[in-house]
Amino acid sequence: MSNVPADLKFAKSHEWVRTLADGTVEVGISDHAQSALGDLVFVETPAAGRALQAGEACAVVESVKAASDVYSPVPGEVIEGNGGLADAPESINEEPYGKGWIMRLKVSGAGALDGLMDAAAYERFLETEA
Amino acid sequence: MVDFGGWDMPVNYGSQIEEHHAVRRDAGMFDVSHMCVVDLKGPQTGDFLRRLLANDVGRLTTPGKALYSCMLQDDGGVIDDLIVYYMNSTWYRAVVNAGTRDKDLAWMRRQAPAEGLEIIERTDLAMIAVQGPQAREKAVTVLPAEGRDAAMALDIFYGVPIQTENGELFVARTGYTGEDGWEIMVPAASAATLWNNLIKAGIASCGLGARDTLRLEAGMNLYGSDMDESKHPLESGLGWTVAWKPADRAFVGRPALEAIKAAGSPNKFVGLVLEERGVLRGHQKVVVEGLGEGEVTSGTFSPTLERSIGLARVPAGTGEKVQVDIRGKLLSARVVKPPFVRNGKSCITL
Repeated sequence: MSNVPADLKFAKSHEWVRTLADGTVEVGISDHAQSALGDLVFVETPAAGRALQAGEACAVVESVKAASDVYSPVPGEVIEGNGGLADAPESINEEPYGKGWIMRLKVSGAGALDGLMDAAAYERFLETEA
Repeated sequence: MVDFGGWDMPVNYGSQIEEHHAVRRDAGMFDVSHMCVVDLKGPQTGDFLRRLLANDVGRLTTPGKALYSCMLQDDGGVIDDLIVYYMNSTWYRAVVNAGTRDKDLAWMRRQAPAEGLEIIERTDLAMIAVQGPQAREKAVTVLPAEGRDAAMALDIFYGVPIQTENGELFVARTGYTGEDGWEIMVPAASAATLWNNLIKAGIASCGLGARDTLRLEAGMNLYGSDMDESKHPLESGLGWTVAWKPADRAFVGRPALEAIKAAGSPNKFVGLVLEERGVLRGHQKVVVEGLGEGEVTSGTFSPTLERSIGLARVPAGTGEKVQVDIRGKLLSARVVKPPFVRNGKSCITL
């Protein structure tokens, strides 16, 4: 069973969103996604200042098997990409909800997270996908 | 699990990179029962294979000796690559790819003489490849006692049949990883037992994913990616497998290949090492300044070298530097001669 933390929101494309104390959000890919991709060997994160639409391809995670796009689960502006992933892409495999975060965003627009799934809904979604 | 030539096969059992390292550093195994074993028997077999294959089975005179060869169309395009073992003067054993089995058998039968040759598909055999510096030492402990000495005595690229009470095994010191080891053909009914015994002997289960990164590091071609019917051996890094001598040996595709050789192939086949961050993948465009374009035929992240490597078909005049188009960005790559890794050691300067 993959790990689905209760305090996060999830997108159908398997990104998670964590709201931080200052109102900005942290985005990564779920435990299920990292497990399906396999050992990650290269990650390309977006540059700070980039404006993203919800659903826009903004990062690339590449495993030994294949390259996959990461889509921004919410609209917003990139505050920073996780620079640590350049030298340690395996962080996403090891701690997808921790040091494997991909980017931090300043969300634009109220209610931008409303369309995302909570943990329980994401778990049900994973069951329907299996 | 993925479909591979009609077989459901695991890409990895756990971590693909750990499976890769197991083979480079210790011992790993692959269920390669999808590979198709074909026995060719009868007084005409030797003459038939000397005409069918671009490499010359006439070089095989010792029982058990193996040869790697391409099987070509008349125009020089590669139908398949295969290994053929010389068993005796009226029996050769070929191992062909799973995805090409039907067309290979059809082609062999079309080329076959009316008499003096039997083509027998050995669907009764499974195959397990044990590979790695410790593979033979670990695997020998689970072989039938009567076959251990013969198996350990094998030279590289030789095989030997071993009679057991459960039928005949065939153990060959061959593989697709660039490491020492064996490929063991076994009656299908005993394959699961052998696999479980090999696990108990400390050999790691490895999937198709590690098989691909290992063969790529070893600079070995994959049929369907690095060459196919539309490509000839001279532009696929396989010129070394074409036996031009003796000059009077008429093999299928020879006239076409000789014409290509005389005119000079416009393309060559090279290894690439990516000098920037990213991963080379099949079908990426290679840009060669002043000469035009080529294509990456296979690419991956090399777990041993910890950078991306690939095989590519590029214009014949390509020098030491090229650029590869990876998702719209041109990244620098260095041209090298494969293999990248053999017997656990890097063969290129990084």
